[in-house]
Amino acid sequence: MARPVRFNINPIPANTADAISTVEAPQGYSGEGFFTTKLSDVVGLARKNSIWPLPFATSCCGIEFMATMGSHYDLARFGSERVGFSPRQCDLLMVMGTIAKKMGPVLRQVYLQMAEPRWVIAVGACASSGGIFDTYSVLQGIDQVIPVDVYVPGCPPRPEAILDGFMKIQDLVGQESIRRRNSEHYKALLNSYGIQ
Amino acid sequence: MLAHQQHNIKLPEGSIEKETTTLNVGPTHPATHGVFQNIMELDGERVVSTEQTVGYIHRAFEKLAERRPLYQITPITDRLNYCSSPINNMGWHLTCEKLLGVQTPKRVDYLRIIIMELARISDHLICNSIVGVDTGAYTGFLYVMQYRELIYEIYEEVCGSRLTTNIGRIGGFERNFSNTAFTKLEKFLNEYPKVLKEFENLFARNRIFMDRTQGTGGISAERALNYGFTGPNLRAAGVDYDVRVHSPYSSYEDFNFTVPVGKTGDNYDRFLVRNAEMWQSLSIIEQAYQKIQEFKGADAEVYHANVPEYYLPKKEDVYTKMEALIWHFKIIMGEVDMPKGEVYQAVEGGNGELGFYLISDGGRTPFRLHFRRPCFIYYQAYPELIQGGMLSDAIVTMSSLNLIAGELDA
Amino acid sequence: MGKNIKMALTNSYIQERLKEKFGDQVYNFEETYGMLSFEAPKDHNLKVMQFLFDDETLQFRFLTDLCAVNYPDDKGRELAVVYHLHNLVENVRIRFKVFTSVETPDVFTASQLFSSANWMERETYDFYGVNFVGHPNLKRILNVDEMDYFPLRKEYPLEDQTRIDKDDEMFGRG
Repeated sequence: MARPVRFNINPIPANTADAISTVEAPQGYSGEGFFTTKLSDVVGLARKNSIWPLPFATSCCGIEFMATMGSHYDLARFGSERVGFSPRQCDLLMVMGTIAKKMGPVLRQVYLQMAEPRWVIAVGACASSGGIFDTYSVLQGIDQVIPVDVYVPGCPPRPEAILDGFMKIQDLVGQESIRRRNSEHYKALLNSYGIQ
Repeated sequence: MLAHQQHNIKLPEGSIEKETTTLNVGPTHPATHGVFQNIMELDGERVVSTEQTVGYIHRAFEKLAERRPLYQITPITDRLNYCSSPINNMGWHLTCEKLLGVQTPKRVDYLRIIIMELARISDHLICNSIVGVDTGAYTGFLYVMQYRELIYEIYEEVCGSRLTTNIGRIGGFERNFSNTAFTKLEKFLNEYPKVLKEFENLFARNRIFMDRTQGTGGISAERALNYGFTGPNLRAAGVDYDVRVHSPYSSYEDFNFTVPVGKTGDNYDRFLVRNAEMWQSLSIIEQAYQKIQEFKGADAEVYHANVPEYYLPKKEDVYTKMEALIWHFKIIMGEVDMPKGEVYQAVEGGNGELGFYLISDGGRTPFRLHFRRPCFIYYQAYPELIQGGMLSDAIVTMSSLNLIAGELDA
Repeated sequence: MGKNIKMALTNSYIQERLKEKFGDQVYNFEETYGMLSFEAPKDHNLKVMQFLFDDETLQFRFLTDLCAVNYPDDKGRELAVVYHLHNLVENVRIRFKVFTSVETPDVFTASQLFSSANWMERETYDFYGVNFVGHPNLKRILNVDEMDYFPLRKEYPLEDQTRIDKDDEMFGRG
């Protein structure tokens, strides 16, 4: 047999006194009993820590998502305890798995039914670009039909990678301007997909 | 007469009058584990008929396989039944070995059996815990997840990947199992039986679970055979057909295990059959582990057959030895002679007989590769299983059949 | 009913019985990797399978697999439909092929005999265009309904030719 176990043979007990990090408050002006800041910062902070995802799991990446939701990798500590399956109630569309051309219209319907503000994360190589399936029946990336915010590569991506993608979504949500969804730029983006 | 006629209501243009409700249990649905569409006609709560649509995740594996040499097909076989991908990989390697006439040493066979039985446990755990989730018991699913994580860690030690493993080579494995892999395997063998017992206690004699699952989604043995059922679904109907016993591959004949068989083929029997199979798999892994420990000295270092024409050599050798470099180049570039012929090899996958029909014309890539996918074949029986039953039972039936979309649509 | 002597079902016995019943209508017997494989003309496919099903010593009552193969160079015999049958009692497998030309790819359906053939024939139709005569619901199953060609035939490419994000030049397929 090859290598013996080398790592973590004498585990060091955790030192929580130094190891806890706190998040900084948003920038603002504070005084006795009040704190002023920008509305978009507060709204962003609230939104990013309570994203309700819609898991659109079609294939293997869906099983890794199930592992991410499990207690080992725990997506719930990022505020996504409640996953919903109704597009009306969810903020984040997590597309996990291969989307075939037959499924494309279904995905588009689900996206159209979501209410603003909505974000999309493409988990896995197949959702990002078609993956290893460069065939006649697979959509080469979901950005052919819907706008995507974050792409998580991997086949399937490790749960840590899915969490990393999720944290990037959180950054996007936290820093989004309140007026973005009404802006010309966003409308032009949706128009390029044929979405009014 | 119909209600609108009774109360003199005028229906709009183009309305269809019927007694039943049409419900689209669509491709995206929290309860369908995988993308299947069923347009059900319901009479109140009872299912009258259903029209199925599959193909929402058709990835054209068979056409893809005609483009790829043998080693490049292993990653796509992973994605068939992705809950137990090592079994698919091993099945593919066995097919190639049958075509090429490669004999694997016993130690390789026993290592393969350990990996395949771990995959079977992983697959049955998902299926059974999801049946629990569909009847409302979410706890079982989250509790056994940690043991699936342990199985994933064992795969990682051997091949580097958790889910879609691409494990093994033609003739054996890419590296010997390390000490860590065996340590983790021992941890699994020590801790898992207690967990399986607890999981079983949650469901097997639970009044609510039994009331939900007994008597629903049943099928008789004759209909099951006619529909081409194999695997736990067929065994639950009473037929003891298991490919590991009928056509043993990879030295399964050296092991002592029983094949659990049910009676009525309903959801409860399928649950119990899968549960019993997990116990049998545990026993097979223990036997295999003991047999492996009996190999001493040089035998204990064997992890692949001696077939340099088909076995990709170790990277350390490729970078240092001339012969290994030449063989590596020849295999990758397809300069190795492939025999012409047709071979059919079946393995017992998580869902039944997973068959590989390979036609080789002597070229670098297969001329035709067809996967006999058990899910695709037994899903045809679904309308017959749910006929006359209630909608909620139809949902539980679908998850107890263990339909994996990747395998169904291929 | 009891059999006094239990004979092991060998490939030569099966071949003998088939020749006895069908004469020249079954030919091209081969034994590849332990499995007997033979051919029959396409209008005899149901007769052969019914015989294999009903006969008390043969009892091939399980249809393991049904698929098609495209041999573009074999004029007049471009499409082969391959049936894998299995006798579960004696544990014997057999492979049965029928060939048809690509201009009139009509083959009788086996779905009356084996319910599992229903979807397998739809898949074969979807991929190769083999028209199964008498099938209750012969339409596409895995591909989109609007597709107008049969993708697994050798003449059609694997990739979607309308994709713009991948460069065939880079894959050596310019």
